Amino acid sequence: MPDGAMPVLEVRGLKTVFHTRGGSVHAVNDVSFHLMPGELLGVVGESGSGKSVTMMSLIGLLPSPPADVQSGQVLLGGQDLLKATPEELRKVRGARIGFVFQDPMTSLNPVFTVGSQIMAPLRKHMGLSKAQAEARAVELLELVGIPDARRRLKSYPHQFSGGMRQRVMIAIALACDPEVLIADEPTTALDVTIQAQILELVKELRQKLGMAIVWITHDLGVVAEIADRVMVMYGGQVVEQAPVKELFRNPRHPYTRALLKTIPKLGGQRGERLQVIEGQPPILGFPPTACPFRARCAHAFARCEAENPARRPVDGLPLSQGHDVACHWSPEGAEDPSQEAAHA
Amino acid sequence: MRDTTTRPLVEVRNLKMYFPIYSGVMRKHTGDVKAVDDISFDIYEGETLGLVGESGCGKSTVGRALLRLYEPTAGRITIAGDDVASLSPEALRRKRPTMQMVFQDPQASLNPRMTVADIIGEPLDEHSGLSKAEKLARIYELMDAVGLNRTFANRYPHAFSGGQRQRIGIARALALNPKFIVCDEPIAALDVSIQAQVVNLLEDLQDKLGLTYLFISHDLSMVRHIADRVAVMYLGQIAEISPVDALYARPLHPYAEALLSAVPEPDPGRDGARQRIILKGDVPSPANPPKGCNFCTRCPKVIPVCHEVEPRLQEAAPGRMVACHLIHPIDATRAGETGRTGAQEHSQQQGV
Repeated sequence: MPDGAMPVLEVRGLKTVFHTRGGSVHAVNDVSFHLMPGELLGVVGESGSGKSVTMMSLIGLLPSPPADVQSGQVLLGGQDLLKATPEELRKVRGARIGFVFQDPMTSLNPVFTVGSQIMAPLRKHMGLSKAQAEARAVELLELVGIPDARRRLKSYPHQFSGGMRQRVMIAIALACDPEVLIADEPTTALDVTIQAQILELVKELRQKLGMAIVWITHDLGVVAEIADRVMVMYGGQVVEQAPVKELFRNPRHPYTRALLKTIPKLGGQRGERLQVIEGQPPILGFPPTACPFRARCAHAFARCEAENPARRPVDGLPLSQGHDVACHWSPEGAEDPSQEAAHA
Repeated sequence: MRDTTTRPLVEVRNLKMYFPIYSGVMRKHTGDVKAVDDISFDIYEGETLGLVGESGCGKSTVGRALLRLYEPTAGRITIAGDDVASLSPEALRRKRPTMQMVFQDPQASLNPRMTVADIIGEPLDEHSGLSKAEKLARIYELMDAVGLNRTFANRYPHAFSGGQRQRIGIARALALNPKFIVCDEPIAALDVSIQAQVVNLLEDLQDKLGLTYLFISHDLSMVRHIADRVAVMYLGQIAEISPVDALYARPLHPYAEALLSAVPEPDPGRDGARQRIILKGDVPSPANPPKGCNFCTRCPKVIPVCHEVEPRLQEAAPGRMVACHLIHPIDATRAGETGRTGAQEHSQQQGV
């Protein structure tokens, strides 16, 4: 790494396969990425693209069987989490890596008070006394913008609205000052006005706490707003990775380019007809030998069928630092990509 | 633009849909959830009216009440001349073919034990006297229309992807040549790359068959794309109805303004360009809406009168109806007549 800056989290060649009665599903294929301190990495992809499975593989949240994390390295401050014992992993989860799930309705336990759920990791990981944990819990609820925090500790999840519950989830994830926060579609189940509140909160928290965040979403609008760097996944692979402005201005992968064109915009010219990506996402029954996007790709040619493209740098910088893409085709000679993206 | 005649196909007047709350040992009627509280609007023939709002604002309830899948508490719903709200069960049954629905979740709205042909053919069994051969021909015709391969007619829904299942739901809705279709979040359960396919299909069918849509969605960008006019709902009432371009260019109601500003734009270069309005707090309970304007508890522009007097939906600009004390009606003498004047004027402009 340049400048001596070390990533907080580095993932190399991660492969996860699910063994089911209907056959194997190769959900994550050779995924590599890293996360710098204080950085927000957006992970974009459709359902089934492997984005959630990747993140859950990192910290051993997938039940095995059926899941089988076959190979790769997950380095958190030098420690390989894939080699860690369950006991060691337990110390990482909640303490060093916080997790916020999509659905705040189902990820809180309905029979415990919100206070006891925030205090659990504090007492377990940080060894705080009950009084200390309670004081910290009040602090956390205030941090995530829940008014009347001390009284609300005694409330049960059903007494909170959706947006408030997601704030509680974030408070729990932040409880032990994790180095990394993984947020899996944290605003997808929320209304736009509440989503705007949560995005605002996350921006504030980043400034205050400076932690590194992985933000999984399928909403390119959310990514454009909060991410520093974006990783686009398709068919269990990383197909493109770039700093956020670069990705939106100069998308290289046909999937990214098509995705940016299919979504209607709130401003600008109202299009007569939406661009579509024909066909369906792939079913990942076999280890990939060809490009997963070839069947839906407007630019596919013989090589795409013969060889799964590796990630290659676009701008000469090392992989995962600048802009890289996994595609045999190159938009040069085609239309000017900046023009295409500029009408956004 | 699509042809919009001056004739409204659907006229809704003072529609109320209350769900009773029973509590205590005696199950006494102690209150109502006012899911839809006194709303009026028109949908013109051949147009798409977008209906947007946050979850729980009553938009799906409006869609269901319009087709009388619920028994409305009060109000008139005139669809192509008949008051659907007061039709007898038999007359309602005869009316059903003209009005259909596409549901949000294609997984839940298709019977897993019926083949695609059975699903699409069921409305034909119920409402038409077609022979077996005629019926099959019609089923194939419908499958072609929505872009499903005929050879899949004998497969079951589980064999299809989400987007294809939604096509089955659309084919079923089209089977009886309806005039009016309520699309209740038809793309919410689909992936981004599939959403565009379904929206394009809905638009093609509208052009071909002259359909009128009520398009219920929380996806404001997609509504901007598909709708001609948009109604913004908040807590069971309509805050604003405007032609789509006017609304997105300059929303008049403070809630519409906040709602539109909250949508994240897929364009990282525009950070500073847009002023985001962050609403404080949550939507109040529809069982106990606030006194006065129902948005007064969260409105950033609230003034004292908002806590006292309920604003009426009035014409604020040609074709634009807004319920807000801060927005002055263009003509005070006409303001008493809700909905009609403005909407007609608008459609005349469009018809030219």
